[in-house]
Amino acid sequence: MIEAQELRKHFTVTARRGRLRRERRVVEAVRGVSFTIEPGAVVGYLGPNGAGKSTTIKMLTGILVPSAGSVTVLGMNPTTQRRQLARRIGAMFGQRVQLWWDLPLVESFELLRHIYRVPANRYAKNLSAFRDLLDLDAFLDTPVRQLSLGQRVRGELVASLLHDPEIVFLDEPTIGLDVVAKSRVREFLTQMNRERGLTVLLTTHDLSDIERVCRRLLIIDHGQVIYDGEVDQLVRRYGGECTLVVDLEERTEPLRIAGTHVAKMEGPRQWLRFDRTETTAAQIVAAVSGQARLVDLTIEEPDIEDVIRRIYARESPTPVGGGAPRLAQADPPVDA
Amino acid sequence: MAEVVSLYARLVRARVRSQLQYRTSFALDLVAMAGITFLDFVAVLVIFRNVPTLDGWSIGEVAFLYATSAMAFALTDMAIGHLDGLSQLVREGSFDLLLIRPRSTLFQVMTMDFQLKRLGKALQGLAVLVYALTLLDLAWTPGKIAMLVTMILAGAVIFGAVWIFVICIVFWSVEGRETANAFTYGGNYLAQFPITIYDAWLRRFLAYVVPMAFVSYMPALFILGKEDPLGLPGWLRFASPAVAVLTVLGAGAMWRHAMRHYRSAGG
Repeated sequence: MIEAQELRKHFTVTARRGRLRRERRVVEAVRGVSFTIEPGAVVGYLGPNGAGKSTTIKMLTGILVPSAGSVTVLGMNPTTQRRQLARRIGAMFGQRVQLWWDLPLVESFELLRHIYRVPANRYAKNLSAFRDLLDLDAFLDTPVRQLSLGQRVRGELVASLLHDPEIVFLDEPTIGLDVVAKSRVREFLTQMNRERGLTVLLTTHDLSDIERVCRRLLIIDHGQVIYDGEVDQLVRRYGGECTLVVDLEERTEPLRIAGTHVAKMEGPRQWLRFDRTETTAAQIVAAVSGQARLVDLTIEEPDIEDVIRRIYARESPTPVGGGAPRLAQADPPVDA
Repeated sequence: MAEVVSLYARLVRARVRSQLQYRTSFALDLVAMAGITFLDFVAVLVIFRNVPTLDGWSIGEVAFLYATSAMAFALTDMAIGHLDGLSQLVREGSFDLLLIRPRSTLFQVMTMDFQLKRLGKALQGLAVLVYALTLLDLAWTPGKIAMLVTMILAGAVIFGAVWIFVICIVFWSVEGRETANAFTYGGNYLAQFPITIYDAWLRRFLAYVVPMAFVSYMPALFILGKEDPLGLPGWLRFASPAVAVLTVLGAGAMWRHAMRHYRSAGG
């Protein structure tokens, strides 16, 4: 359904150096990415900022032409068949508005129906299904500029699915949403995948998006795929370090508990890092209460950057991260 | 084709509907637009306070040039004036959204923000046209009436094509907007006077490169029944529609070139 082979993209960036000097650098955003996505898959595409996620999605959707490599989506070449492909895919970019700002939400849907040439009966059927699933009725007639972020994201989701796409690309669909809105978006995507066989490729920084929605994970860093596999496996293999934050009654020496180390201290609050495969939060809590009086505690899950760092350190045969430059000098500085 | 026209009408109607939500504010905008552009015509009147004719053109004749050019430009400005904001769209990355829809990007850009209030500028042009016609004693024939309508429409198309052609610069440099404005607003200004008052190089530039001479000067020679002091072939007076078609083809080619650049360079 989606096949990317040795996909590469580099940009030439011109920077001013002094009054007349210009320096041209080639930035390699994507450096040989290959993967295959089967119909009906729900794939999370992860990576730190600047890893090349958006650039990959732009190449899959035909916005950008790859510098090298090949890509096929639904049997089409996104570069040369952009408009035919656009009819059969949907996309949503978390921070961009594709709805008409001044118009009531439902009128944006109407216009999109004509832009995508959706038959009237299909449109009516889809809209009524989405109205139920996403509770749109309360704000269907509200101008988009007056919608809350959560409402607008729901509107954007509908906008990207009204024409029955077979694949939907979602770039940070839950960014900035509160917990309730996030879970609504996740449930909706899961349901669309289950009932309609919709293939989903989504990028996110939120690990729980991945856990709740995706079955498969692609992790990219420095323009290369560094992990491609099941989500379950990832959690099992690289659960990562969790942090137990304990509030003690009074300030003490750093706690010394087996399997943990104190990562940070602030007055009576201490951050205990531990590895889930070695010990459990319950064991630590028991040990802490033996040494000091515990007032409150919270557990911090490992964040995505942390997991990626760990995977990268273990998996990469030739570490490029850390000090290695990400900008390859193309030409010597030229005088303009 | 018919489907595209009906989609265009639908998108424009949607814009107009939201602009008409606040009637009073819209009416004030309309009057303000007419008022601001009228100041341009005041400049023409000031010139004629000092000279009786401008290179053999009377005040009525220059007013006629001004009016037809202003009306053509106002129609263009109403339909695609928002292209001035294209650099922002490109800079913010919102332009990418147009590439994931099954329509031409140029079509989508052109339908983004139809501004009905700029009709005020066209009304101002119409008022000046009426003023010009009261000063001129023209023998109207069906041919001349058809030419008047044609020249305004062809002029609007020429302005629009030049606008699209030059705004493509923002795909290479997001600061290119002002360069583009020099051609669009500047072109409109130059088209308001008989081209004979300009230096030879500028005259040739306006006739053959940025074809502003075909917006008003050439067809006006026919309607006003004037001799061409430059002695150009007579058929050029009827060439505006053909020039409009050529500029549209040029603008389309330029846009496609810009799209290829944008999609391979990545904005």
